[in-house]
Amino acid sequence: METLIASPEAPPGPKAAAPKTAGSPWPRFLLGRLAGFAGVLVMLVVGTFLIVQLIPGDPAQVMAGPDASQAQVEQIRHEQGLDKPLLAQFGDYATGLLQGDLGSSYTSGIPVSEVIANRLPFTAQIAFLAVAIALVVSIPLGMAIAVACRGGRRRTLDTAFTSVTAVLGSIPEFVLATLLIMFFAIKLNMFPPSGAATLDSMVLPILALTIAPICTLARVVRRETATVLAMDYMRTAKGRRLKALRLYGRHALPNLMTSTLTLGGLVLTGLLGGAVIVEFVFQWPGLGTGVLDALVKRDYPVIQGVVLLLGILATLLNLLVDVVLGLLDPRSLRGKAGDA
Amino acid sequence: MMQKLRRSPALMLGLAGLAFFVVLGIVAPFIWTDRAETLTDQTHLAASAEHWFGTDALGRDIFARTMVATRLTLLMCLATTAIAAVGGIGFGAAIWVGGPRVRALGQRVIDVLISYPSVIFALAMVAILGPGVGTSIVAIGLATCPAFARLTTNLAASIAGRDFVSTARLLGVPPSRLLRRHILPNIAEPLLVLLSVAFTVSLKALSGLSFLGVGVQAPDYDWGAVLHKGLEGIYLNPWPALGPSLVIILAGLSGGLIGDGLAAAVNPAAGRKRGYRAKVEALTSVPAYDAHDEDALAVADRLSVVLPDGTRLVDEVSFAIKPSEVLGLVGESGSGKSLTAMALAKLLPDDLTAVAGTLKVGDLDLNGRPPAGRLATEIGIVYQDPSASFNPTLKLGGQLTETLRKHGGASRAAAAEQAVGQLAAARVTLPEQRLKQYPYELSGGMRQRAMIASALLTSPKLLIADEPTTALDVTVQAEVLGLLREANERDGTAILLISHDVGVISAICDRVVVMYAGRIVETLPIERLRAGEAEHPYTHALLAATPTLHSPVDEPLSSIPGRPPHPAGRPAGCAFASRCPLARQQCHDELPVLTVTDTGATACHALHWDKEVLA
Repeated sequence: METLIASPEAPPGPKAAAPKTAGSPWPRFLLGRLAGFAGVLVMLVVGTFLIVQLIPGDPAQVMAGPDASQAQVEQIRHEQGLDKPLLAQFGDYATGLLQGDLGSSYTSGIPVSEVIANRLPFTAQIAFLAVAIALVVSIPLGMAIAVACRGGRRRTLDTAFTSVTAVLGSIPEFVLATLLIMFFAIKLNMFPPSGAATLDSMVLPILALTIAPICTLARVVRRETATVLAMDYMRTAKGRRLKALRLYGRHALPNLMTSTLTLGGLVLTGLLGGAVIVEFVFQWPGLGTGVLDALVKRDYPVIQGVVLLLGILATLLNLLVDVVLGLLDPRSLRGKAGDA
Repeated sequence: MMQKLRRSPALMLGLAGLAFFVVLGIVAPFIWTDRAETLTDQTHLAASAEHWFGTDALGRDIFARTMVATRLTLLMCLATTAIAAVGGIGFGAAIWVGGPRVRALGQRVIDVLISYPSVIFALAMVAILGPGVGTSIVAIGLATCPAFARLTTNLAASIAGRDFVSTARLLGVPPSRLLRRHILPNIAEPLLVLLSVAFTVSLKALSGLSFLGVGVQAPDYDWGAVLHKGLEGIYLNPWPALGPSLVIILAGLSGGLIGDGLAAAVNPAAGRKRGYRAKVEALTSVPAYDAHDEDALAVADRLSVVLPDGTRLVDEVSFAIKPSEVLGLVGESGSGKSLTAMALAKLLPDDLTAVAGTLKVGDLDLNGRPPAGRLATEIGIVYQDPSASFNPTLKLGGQLTETLRKHGGASRAAAAEQAVGQLAAARVTLPEQRLKQYPYELSGGMRQRAMIASALLTSPKLLIADEPTTALDVTVQAEVLGLLREANERDGTAILLISHDVGVISAICDRVVVMYAGRIVETLPIERLRAGEAEHPYTHALLAATPTLHSPVDEPLSSIPGRPPHPAGRPAGCAFASRCPLARQQCHDELPVLTVTDTGATACHALHWDKEVLA
């Protein structure tokens, strides 16, 4: 699937000659990306605003819950500004956001920004660790397998790698999390099954979150490495009789990173969604459990705030991937800046 | 495609798994609904022969619930995939036919949507619509739409560039018809792959939502909902969670296998089986005439390049290169000349093996394991395509000086200084600035000059130039050849020049080796080649096929009829016999051996006929 839905703006092949332009392509690239980021931000704000507006029937009634009296419903309608015209409501929402005011939870009365400030660090901890671990494990693993199995060597290893990654990669993170709790927490009692009290409590959530992405990414890296190894410039590098670390690390790695990251970016943003599920299983006090809790309580300001924030995080992650791509292969800057 | 599909065990296994679950989905509710939904007082029972996965808080059998849930789970996956496919393909098609501006904007929107985590989007949908079967289907279906939309536009873009579409457009076929009649039928296969992947992805996502408690709500239940309940008692009783987990894994695995199998079937390059190393065969012929030349700088004695299946792409070629000599290696593409050169450079592709009686450059024995540093510095290589032979992600400076720094012990600054000197000698303009540039910032001719400079930087004893001018404009070709000759005259560097072009060879070489179908058919001094005094009919044919200033312009250029034999199907006799105007029965039956003449060597039976006739 990664190949099929890869962005059509993938970096050009070695034969694509870029036009010679004076100066660094970076300012144009960054401006284009920032404009794109602003566009996405507007889409996200409108989208989260619409969450309440799109509730079928009477939003105030749904927010108040089925048992609320008519007076309570009217009170919520007024408090949430649902009796104002649509544009005025959006104006209030947008100005609030600009001032850092995301509204207040109406079950606890705590400002949403505070709810987020309390929970974000926990999600950030596991999400960023998971992204880092996924990259650090899958890239060397995929490369090592590609190098070891190049030109049809070690067919058994090749088959074993393909099968194991296919099986592990197809296990949903919530199933994996459940199995990990059963085995490591309950049976072996090695790690705590839930909570975020100690450092070991991070081990199982991170494992549950990273195993499937590692498998997917390692397969992508393996395929891309095989492609890169067949390139003429790798033969040139081999002709310089370099040590393996330099040959693969300096000459192959940057080239396979461009296509790997273009595809891997999707896997990495998908990790944010996985984090929500894994947090639930391990009762990790992050944004995921926060938004689920809010869903059950129909606490719309919290839902809107968290959905907005997770969206921004996903977009930032994408931006980061593009910048890293630009650093690795400057040719990608021109294409991307051109139509941003 | 069907034949490939049959051969893939992964796909078969996946389809079998899917068929099993489909049958289960149909029959399970008839068999197990009673046990699955009847409340009993046997609550929270552990797994037993009676209750394979135990019972839940209301005394219902969890195995039965898992089985019954198959139907709802599969139907939801089906509905979700349908929404995703119809919506996504529709959206992709709409922005494709909407013209360039809509297309550009639409693709950016797809980019954004595709990178938004589907779980979070689904949670927002749940917030709007409230949890339930319908919400889950709509949410996950919409979240998967962008993948289909991007695939549709990607494929449409690749197909729209093909000739028949341009023709249809020129003829004024409207875009909607173009899409329906020409484009959609051509993208069916990749869409099939994505459909199977989407099915698996929706299984994960739908089960995930139910698992979180915001998907399917009681009294309905799917696998995720059963697992959600099972998780609550996991400390006392693992089976209520383990059972549905295993079922979800099996179903996901079946879907994954189908996706992988289909993708492999669509991509013809995948799944090609190859052995690895060929068995080293004994040498069959006697050492060739010049392999024992004491003064030779480089010697290849009965060198073969062998495929894993034993096919000899190069069959026992022998030649020697004298110090300061420029030796040309000429032949059609597929004659094995580049493989011969790469064997001498110890740079054969991974699946090829070189076998030789002697293979050496100077005192470097290439049959053994020569030290990397000496190999890198004493043999310089100029590659065919300068635009593909430089690493596109590294600056030129680092690439040009790498051998000096890693094997010559030069510091970064010293190596750069030498490189500037060598670039200037190769008449690369602005040499200092080039070091800080990326390869794509140079023209093809400049890149090849830089490649030559790089190869000469370590003062190699032998320079191997593999079709160094083939990828260049004609105007640049002569200059690059001049550079090679210059290096030979200035430093006494011996050169092995590989080319399919007799003109290039005769421009700078001292002596020529002519190869045909993996074997040497003739070696001769350049004067005789220039004079057209070759002995072998193939060499004559090559010369006749080369235009010169003196060729009559009103006559068609001669070409050699037929094609060279495939290495695996080389005939018993002379490989050129079937195309040779002189061939007799002997040529088809007996392999001619290289016979030394006063100036070279030729492998042709006809030589002896002349002698017979003369005698």
